[in-house]
Amino acid sequence: MVKEIIFKYMSTIYILWIRQLKRYFRSKSRMIGSLAQPLLFLLALGYGFGAVFQKAGEGSYINFLTPGVIGMTIIFTSIFSGMEIIWDRQFGFLKETLVAPVSRFNIMVGRTLGGATVATIQGIIVFLISFIAGFHPYSWALVPVAILVMILVALLFTALGVMIASLLDDMQGFQLIVNFLVMPLFFLSGALFPLEGLPKVIDIIARLDPLSYGIDAFRALLINTSHFGLSTDIAVLSVITLAFLSLGSYFFSKIQI
Amino acid sequence: MDIIEVKNLTKQFGGFKAVDNVSFNVAEGEIFAFLGPNGAGKSTTIKILTTLLRPTSGEMKLNGYNPIKNPDAVRHSFGIVFQDPSLDDELTAYENMEFHGVLYDIPWKIRKERIEQLLKFVELWDRRNNLVKEFSGGMKRRLEIARGLLHHPKIFFLDEPTLGLDPQTRKHMWDYLKELNKTEKITVFFTTHYIEEAENIAQKVAIIDHGKIVALGTPQELKEKNNSDSLEDAFLKLTGKTIRDEEASPADRMRTRRRIWSRR
Repeated sequence: MVKEIIFKYMSTIYILWIRQLKRYFRSKSRMIGSLAQPLLFLLALGYGFGAVFQKAGEGSYINFLTPGVIGMTIIFTSIFSGMEIIWDRQFGFLKETLVAPVSRFNIMVGRTLGGATVATIQGIIVFLISFIAGFHPYSWALVPVAILVMILVALLFTALGVMIASLLDDMQGFQLIVNFLVMPLFFLSGALFPLEGLPKVIDIIARLDPLSYGIDAFRALLINTSHFGLSTDIAVLSVITLAFLSLGSYFFSKIQI
Repeated sequence: MDIIEVKNLTKQFGGFKAVDNVSFNVAEGEIFAFLGPNGAGKSTTIKILTTLLRPTSGEMKLNGYNPIKNPDAVRHSFGIVFQDPSLDDELTAYENMEFHGVLYDIPWKIRKERIEQLLKFVELWDRRNNLVKEFSGGMKRRLEIARGLLHHPKIFFLDEPTLGLDPQTRKHMWDYLKELNKTEKITVFFTTHYIEEAENIAQKVAIIDHGKIVALGTPQELKEKNNSDSLEDAFLKLTGKTIRDEEASPADRMRTRRRIWSRR
């Protein structure tokens, strides 16, 4: 009996997860489109500021920037994947899932895992491409750990996307979210600059930004420098992920069609 | 036996009563038409019956279960075709069926058999591996019907299922449904704006206006009561001739925008 219930849970989560992956691999334009921006950042900023960064005694900017651009790819892809719920709502598919004999919590978990997987795959692709740009990790043994942290960051922001999507009822608010939430989260996270010696205000904002801890953890694992310390990063990311997952499933359970 | 029992159902949005003290019963195996002008409360009632909305007050039972206390038992009891399409366009016809089958906990082997049988039934088996976005409106409707029947529901809700379909497809669809009603004793609950459709197909008709049931009976009874030759005439006598405005839903607005964009 218990075994059957668990099986049912797993199979519903699986089918929701695989749906996200199928959608991702089928829309090649989306895949390529969402890689263009991080690559541009990597090339334009990486090479553009490389010399200045080197002169300031901070070492290779490409090495410094790569974890930031991985973080950027993950935050954009995962928030947008979470927000895909708005599309499902607009085009009716959400109703199909909501009248099915499956708990909303289950639906939310399946979708979030799917979105997070897609975001992690994108992060890994950017990571691989960064080698061409001249990035080399500090230790190969830590790369799998870095990928685990990517999953954690992806879960965090997918849950945030689900939360936002549950509160909006059409795409009107989308641009607002991009400009007032996603962009600031990215630019103020230390993805592009070191967090040392910042003005007080920026420093406080960076400390409140969950992406700062994600990118800091990538740096700790990939290039062996860290601002907050790896254990702080992981602790903060885990707590916020749990909080966002709970809030996301709460707001998702309140959606009325 | 009554498979749907609704008693004093009310749904209030702010100060507006979308459904106002509605009571009706649907017998098992009946084809029941739920008619009314735009904004009369049809879709809201269906949403409440299908666990998508909670009523403000009132009681109801579907297949003997209460949708509020026992939503999953109710969800297993009905299938539904919504007013708007509700397929995943990026999946194939088969994958849409598969998705439904897993969510409704249909064991793998039975699922495979039934999907084949139903897709053949709606004549989409040859197109099973095509993405739904390549389908016409009529094909999508047929697929939705097949999907709604996959878990062998006892009640089948259809919210304006024939909207935008050509007469051939409409006839085809009703032939399927009448056949199913006869062989499987499935109860069909549908809404439509084509009143002559209801007159021809439904065994019982309820007319709802301003959230209230204004008439309930067989098409024959309603015609006689209102001295009308057709159900359409009786419908107009009961609900008046003013045109109702319905607010555009976010989905409608979005579709308009999408149309504008894709024209560029």
